[in-house]
Amino acid sequence: MDISQYKDVYVFAEQRDGVIQNVVFELLGKARDLADTLGEKVVAILLGSGVKDKAQQLIASGADKVFVVDNDLLKDYLTEPYAQAITQIIQDQKPSIFLLGATTIGRDLGPRLSARNVTGLTADCTKLEIGENRELQMTRPAFGGNLMATILCKEHRPQMSTVRPGVMQRIPVDNNRKGEVVDFAASFDMAKINRVKLLKTVKEEKSVADISEAKILVSGGRGVGNKEGFQKLEALAKELGGEVSSSRAMVDAGVMEQSRQVGQTGKTVRPNLYMACGISGAIQHLAGMEESEFIIAINKDKFAPIFNVADIGIVGDLHKIVPMLTEKLKAMQK
Amino acid sequence: MKIVVCIKQVPDTTEVKINPQTGTLIREGVPSIMNPDDKGGLEFALQLKEQYGAHVTVITMGLPQADAILREALAMGVDRAILLTDRKLGGADTLATSSALAGALRTMDFDLIITGRQAIDGDTAQVGPQIAEHLDLPQVSYLEHLEYDGNKTFTIRKQTEEGYQMLQMDAPCLVTVLASAVKPRYMSVSGIVDAYNREVEVWNADKIDVPEERIGKAGSPTSVFKSFPKSLKPAGETFEVSPEEAVDLIIGKLKEKHII
Repeated sequence: MDISQYKDVYVFAEQRDGVIQNVVFELLGKARDLADTLGEKVVAILLGSGVKDKAQQLIASGADKVFVVDNDLLKDYLTEPYAQAITQIIQDQKPSIFLLGATTIGRDLGPRLSARNVTGLTADCTKLEIGENRELQMTRPAFGGNLMATILCKEHRPQMSTVRPGVMQRIPVDNNRKGEVVDFAASFDMAKINRVKLLKTVKEEKSVADISEAKILVSGGRGVGNKEGFQKLEALAKELGGEVSSSRAMVDAGVMEQSRQVGQTGKTVRPNLYMACGISGAIQHLAGMEESEFIIAINKDKFAPIFNVADIGIVGDLHKIVPMLTEKLKAMQK
Repeated sequence: MKIVVCIKQVPDTTEVKINPQTGTLIREGVPSIMNPDDKGGLEFALQLKEQYGAHVTVITMGLPQADAILREALAMGVDRAILLTDRKLGGADTLATSSALAGALRTMDFDLIITGRQAIDGDTAQVGPQIAEHLDLPQVSYLEHLEYDGNKTFTIRKQTEEGYQMLQMDAPCLVTVLASAVKPRYMSVSGIVDAYNREVEVWNADKIDVPEERIGKAGSPTSVFKSFPKSLKPAGETFEVSPEEAVDLIIGKLKEKHII
């Protein structure tokens, strides 16, 4: 493979129901940074049905060029038609770098693309930089978040990476930014596409709140105990104008839904305030929240590791402190 | 129906501690376990065995000590266990790992391949979909629930960020399973006794159908440039005070930070 033929930083512009996902704007921000360092272009790939009018949003957030594949087959995400269309763009355009969000879609599509195009894929990156030889240095947590590893993809292109939502910074939207929108005519192998049928997509009301977007999170762990315990946290979150999130323990116990899980196998969050209530602070949990602006931890165990990352630690009983705090905030409102 | 479940032996990363002085990992004494998502996948396979008489094979690629998780799988009730182990397979990234496993699977009969969504030591979620690609199989990842029509069609509930999707595909196909979807059975007492008398087939790289340049370090497009402990941020202040004082303290700080 002659890697010198490969150039530009490509971003998969994941959309759901025609809405470009937040992580895409974060990827564009990082891609802009990488492309400027390399002196190359940022190119977005937008797949969907009737989505062409969304291309300007991508340009306004940093893309120089947008390839649009508009086809009914691409209306909802399915592995095969998406992999086919993107592979054609990769083979035709030869990107040097290809970034996807580490969402359920990106993590389904990315490995399929890497195997089809015989190249490397680094999962769930938290840092991307250009090294001395213009190669992409991809840094990710390893070993359950205990270690950081920087990965290279030296002799294969594109250098592929999925990036955790909530980690990269978007650039300010500039609606006057100009870019090129190109229709890409992909062909489809229907025999392969027809092997998987999407019967229905169900959105669950309770999961609508996106904790990675919340400015304030009141988060509960094993110490909260049960659903009644979480009601105390919900009351406080409501008073603070925030959302409730959870450690893995409470998700595994079936007390909280997975969409509210913070940590290595859940979401990465960086709210202005993270209140960790009854969370001991396993490394996997810390990996998902330690970038928060201000961290308050309440825990009975004064040796709990959560206190190592907290700005303020309270050794005490959350079941007493949280309701009292909620009442006091309520009283202050009046 | 023939099912092959791909499993991995992993360090129990929830048991890993960090040396607070040096910030480095303490690896000693960390137990090795069957990866939780893989164990969930194995449970689905064993349920299909009970309901439809499926024949279940487990395969792992790893060091010789990975024998332990294969014995565990035998004690849980699988029919056949294969350990793929060879120095030639060492240093593999996800692509080379998936190539080797696909090479083994090519020599076998299967209707359904089950893998865990991801392994807790790497969390990449890549090997399942990559195996599917090498074998040109349809895939559904993030499986929460599986129904089989007894003939050839699987109806699958897939977890998404917003809820779930229902998808359908026919054998042969591949699914990746979430540990949270199912509670794996315990090993039976007779199963444990039996497991140590049964055969674990040991395969080397010559036994699998894949070119050598696609496996091990040579077949790995990615390489680790460096690894380093996470930088820990300095700890803040911890207070042991009454609940009343704690509330005042928190409110004071929230005001100071302009949060309220």
